[in-house]
Amino acid sequence: MSEFAAILLSTVLVNNYVLVQFLGLCPFMGVSNKLETAIGMAGATTFVLTLAAICSYLVHNYVLVPLNIEYLRTISFILVIAVVVQFAKMFIEKTSPLLYRVLGVFLPLITTNCAVLGVALQNTNKANSFIESTLFGFGAAAGFSLVLILFSAMRERLSAADVPQPFEGAAIGMITAGLMSLAFMGFAGLV
Amino acid sequence: MALIKQSSPHTRGQTDTTKIMQTVILATIPGILTLTYFFGIGTFINLILASAFCLIIEASVLKVRRRPVGFFLKDYSALVTAVLLGVALPPYCPWWIIFIGSLFAIGIAKQLYGGLGYNPFNPAMVGYVVLLISFPVEMTRWPAPTSILTDSQSLPGLTDALSLVFGFASPVLLDGYTGATPLDAFKQNTGLMADNLYASQAIFREAHFAGAGWEWVNVAFLLGGLFLLYRKVFTWHAPIAMLASLGFCALIFYDGGSNTSGASPLLHWFSGATMLGAFFIITDPVSSAVSNKGRLIYGGCIGIIIYVIRQWGNYPDAVAFAVLLMNFAAPFIDYYTLPRTYGHTQSRRATDKIDTSQRR
Repeated sequence: MSEFAAILLSTVLVNNYVLVQFLGLCPFMGVSNKLETAIGMAGATTFVLTLAAICSYLVHNYVLVPLNIEYLRTISFILVIAVVVQFAKMFIEKTSPLLYRVLGVFLPLITTNCAVLGVALQNTNKANSFIESTLFGFGAAAGFSLVLILFSAMRERLSAADVPQPFEGAAIGMITAGLMSLAFMGFAGLV
Repeated sequence: MALIKQSSPHTRGQTDTTKIMQTVILATIPGILTLTYFFGIGTFINLILASAFCLIIEASVLKVRRRPVGFFLKDYSALVTAVLLGVALPPYCPWWIIFIGSLFAIGIAKQLYGGLGYNPFNPAMVGYVVLLISFPVEMTRWPAPTSILTDSQSLPGLTDALSLVFGFASPVLLDGYTGATPLDAFKQNTGLMADNLYASQAIFREAHFAGAGWEWVNVAFLLGGLFLLYRKVFTWHAPIAMLASLGFCALIFYDGGSNTSGASPLLHWFSGATMLGAFFIITDPVSSAVSNKGRLIYGGCIGIIIYVIRQWGNYPDAVAFAVLLMNFAAPFIDYYTLPRTYGHTQSRRATDKIDTSQRR
């Protein structure tokens, strides 16, 4: 039980995918302009990441390893992720057309979110079990969501700030993310 | 509607930014004096250098941005940042540590976001965290409080202090006065029962209720904080919530002093930067949450994060990290803790849609 808690703590805070490992920065900067969009994106990414972690575990252990074709790992994971994203896209299009419109190009772009592939690859590298892989995926997604949602609330405030012209928009966002990354270093050593 | 013309004398508001900032600086004086009593002249050198650097950097950025320099310097906010940074840095640290800290505090964390009122993070804490991560050796070299120094050790005098700060002192001088802080000593403890630890370390042996020297520094900052509370510079919500949650966490994991026990609530309250953080840093009106309910959540979370990092993380003290992390969360907390507006029975969430058809 405690090892599962350690996985969650590690992926959400200590090795946060965005602020410590710097994966998944494009949606982090791209969809953090409004809080509502960020919450929608966080939900979609959580769905995709967890499902992709499960599917890639299954594909790796029940297809690639028995057939002895582990060298096709990356390409098969990408395929799996693309399928899951397509599934999520159809799901959101039917259930929340508004969110679908708002997320726009960033929804299919979850496919190229390096955090998703990163989770799948790290799972196989660490030889995580099925439950560990699922938790790893979910924890990574929870950490991503946490940071994305907090960051979007902050960016809404930043948009009203008297930022010097050269630093407006994405630049000050990057600096903020950098300062946050410093703060997240305080969690080092927890797990 | 006719405007009624009022002739002089006008009453003037009691609180403007300058007044508040001056009061804050005034309230740090007991803490600064206690620090100086226990750690020597180094704190004063820190304060002077930090004030000079912060004011110069603030002035030059304002100049570059073509803003009125004198007007913004006169609000004393840069000086408050300098005082908080100078107090937080270890005495006798090299001058360039203070310069880099001031540069990040004023230049990046404050002016890059548009100056006072816009900074999402507490400037002094940004400066401190940047330094702590980049220069861990210099930043953890705290002097031992003067009451526990042995006969062969002594705090540096003014000349020695200046030569330490400006970098022509021999390293031998350093060993003459440095020592572990109470939180350090507790963190480094592996396997000793708390009673044995207290007996073996002078910093606990000479202490009355927390750690020698440090307990009085914290008491002094507590007094300053209570003065600010009395002057209504800030509300009680954030500091009390932080101290309560920190004490509560400490109480849960404190089992009376076995070798796996956490530190006692008293040790947590009265060592490190707890009181400085509770009353001078998390109460920063710009970077904290705005509503009273929001401040309770904000302060409470800071207390929990401080305890978690102190107890299980790498760093012995965690006020700066916790403050930055919750600064990051403050806008989100504000979103969901909007106070009820006058005339409405329920508070509204910022994300709620306003139904225009029902508006009268």
